[in-house]
Amino acid sequence: MTAGRRSERILAVAQAASEVGEALADVLAEASADASGRAGANGARRDEGRRDDAEGDGDVAGRVADALAFLRRRLTGEFEVDDFGFDPELTDTVLMALARPLYTRWFRVETRGIENIPDAAGALVVANHSGAIALDALMTAIAVHDEHPRHRFLRMLGADLVFQTPFLGELARKSGATLASNQDAERLLGAGEVVGVWPEGFKGIGKPFSERYKLQRFGRGGFVSAALRTRTPIVPCAIVGAEEIYPVLGNMPTLARVLGLPYAPITPTFPWLGLFGLIPLPSKWLIEFCPPVPTDQQPAGAADDPMLVFDLTDQVRQTIQQTLYALLVQRRSVFF
Amino acid sequence: MSRVVLVTGVSRYLGGRFASILTSQPGVDRVIGVDVVPPPHDIGSADFVRADIRNPVIAKVIARAEVDTVVHMNVIATPTHAGGRVSMKEINVIGTMQLLAACQKAPTVQRLVVKSSAGVYGSSPRDPAMFTEDTGAKVLPRGGWGKDSVEVEGYVRGFSRRRPDVDVVMLRFANIIGPGIRTALTDYFGLPVIPTVLGFDARLQFVHEDDAVEAMRLATAGSMTGIVNVAGDGVLLLSQAAHLAGRTTLPIPTPLTGIAGNLFRRTGLADFGTDQMRFLSYGRGLDTTRMRRVLGLEPRYTTREAFADFVRGRTLRGLLSPDRVEAAESALLETALALAPSPRTPVDVAATVQP
Repeated sequence: MTAGRRSERILAVAQAASEVGEALADVLAEASADASGRAGANGARRDEGRRDDAEGDGDVAGRVADALAFLRRRLTGEFEVDDFGFDPELTDTVLMALARPLYTRWFRVETRGIENIPDAAGALVVANHSGAIALDALMTAIAVHDEHPRHRFLRMLGADLVFQTPFLGELARKSGATLASNQDAERLLGAGEVVGVWPEGFKGIGKPFSERYKLQRFGRGGFVSAALRTRTPIVPCAIVGAEEIYPVLGNMPTLARVLGLPYAPITPTFPWLGLFGLIPLPSKWLIEFCPPVPTDQQPAGAADDPMLVFDLTDQVRQTIQQTLYALLVQRRSVFF
Repeated sequence: MSRVVLVTGVSRYLGGRFASILTSQPGVDRVIGVDVVPPPHDIGSADFVRADIRNPVIAKVIARAEVDTVVHMNVIATPTHAGGRVSMKEINVIGTMQLLAACQKAPTVQRLVVKSSAGVYGSSPRDPAMFTEDTGAKVLPRGGWGKDSVEVEGYVRGFSRRRPDVDVVMLRFANIIGPGIRTALTDYFGLPVIPTVLGFDARLQFVHEDDAVEAMRLATAGSMTGIVNVAGDGVLLLSQAAHLAGRTTLPIPTPLTGIAGNLFRRTGLADFGTDQMRFLSYGRGLDTTRMRRVLGLEPRYTTREAFADFVRGRTLRGLLSPDRVEAAESALLETALALAPSPRTPVDVAATVQP
């Protein structure tokens, strides 16, 4: 019966906002229900039955109390961040809840092979990068958190540009990201975290639409040596759909230089429609986590053997490329 | 075991506390405290010698007392405490040079302990989350205390090359905090409203003053050598620390931070240069594996506990003190309950009671 009441309220919200457009209201209702439901989790974000709790806990008073308690903890500083500045409570309660409608409604992400991410041990998720801004990283983080039975957090590795940009850098650290450096990667993997890396970097997200789903060079293979040193498995991950959200037709190199950015894309909607051009196209996404590539059978000192590192890098890159092609065949169309 | 210890900077808070603890240390025969002004606090049974380390007189002090351990704690972080940036730089750099020159000439000296700072790592968006002792700064500190510390460490390295028989220890401290110590950062958290850099929330790491003194004691009494980071466990975000101190923050856009910093310096409210601004934007973390393994220090306070002790000690109370926030919370909750559609709540209560 509480579930019924919940949908009732969502409907009410949807009706109230009907002039804004039914779909949008639906998305908002889910976001707010999600956010207040999660507020009660109070940093002690435990796995089993968490979702059931959020659904069963239907009374308004309880939710208001939870939300106020959350605000109080924020205002008095009574919360914990780890050494990297990761704030699990904020990520769980606010950041993920805000991005979740994008995952479920807008891109309708389908995730496969989540069982390839270990339950407790460390793993290095290596994925392809595309889509002008790194929404694919955000969606992968939600996929790992929401689809995995243990609701694990994906600790993303980002470029230094992310951390020097106001607001973005702050949000990135709070949502668990840290600098893509061997030191940080090894520290996280050593602590048994699931780490996400996009080795194509800016070459990947800034590439023109004509080169979609063609993997770019995989950096210098630093991620492989980090996995080898910490003896953590590498989970190749293929993301289909992110290429079409902002089809990059051209680049404005002069503007990019002025703004200190690696590229300034021209898409069918940006910059022509101004801020509306920033709305991503609602492509259909598929994310597949491939079977892990073990690193624990490699000989000691393998991380310092460049040939072995190159081979392993190539193997991971090939796996992702093949999986991308397979997923593209399976996808019915770009938008459905 | 050391017998005669010379401590510089003994008239400052940490130096004084360290000297007085050292006098009760078994195996230490004599502690000589050196500074330009007499210590304002008790330094135990340590002998105070009024001498300026910028002056060659210090060599005579070392030679006459046959000092075997020199503890250099006279690297000053706050220009206002030293009488301006020029004199601060002179004390830090020229003072260290003179002191090391004197040590080099003194055959009795066997051990040198230097209080350095994590400022040598600088602060930038390209930093790893935690600095280990062998990681260099990605962006070298360009001025102020950080630069002084880098130079001091350079001279100490030069000294250890010229006197390989002397055991050299350098401790790189995270920001020292506690109820007693006064630094630029404690002044900063004492401000009624805390200016921060808009769009950034730095990770801060603190070490409690008691743990800092203990680290100096272990480094002086022990036989370890090399560089060791000293910090409490965990990190606090700048905004979080401000809220824990009951303060509200005032975010200032990056282009205006220079002007704001100058304003604060002029008015004497807080002492902030460019490096401090970078620190307040990006923060810094230290890896303390060596502190535990090599120095053998198990800090009694975590970063958070050290900060809480500082807040308690200063009885900092602001707009956002916990009791006020809690009062506001319960008031809001009552209002919300009163406004809530009444037929629903009782039904829910009944539903939960029935089974």
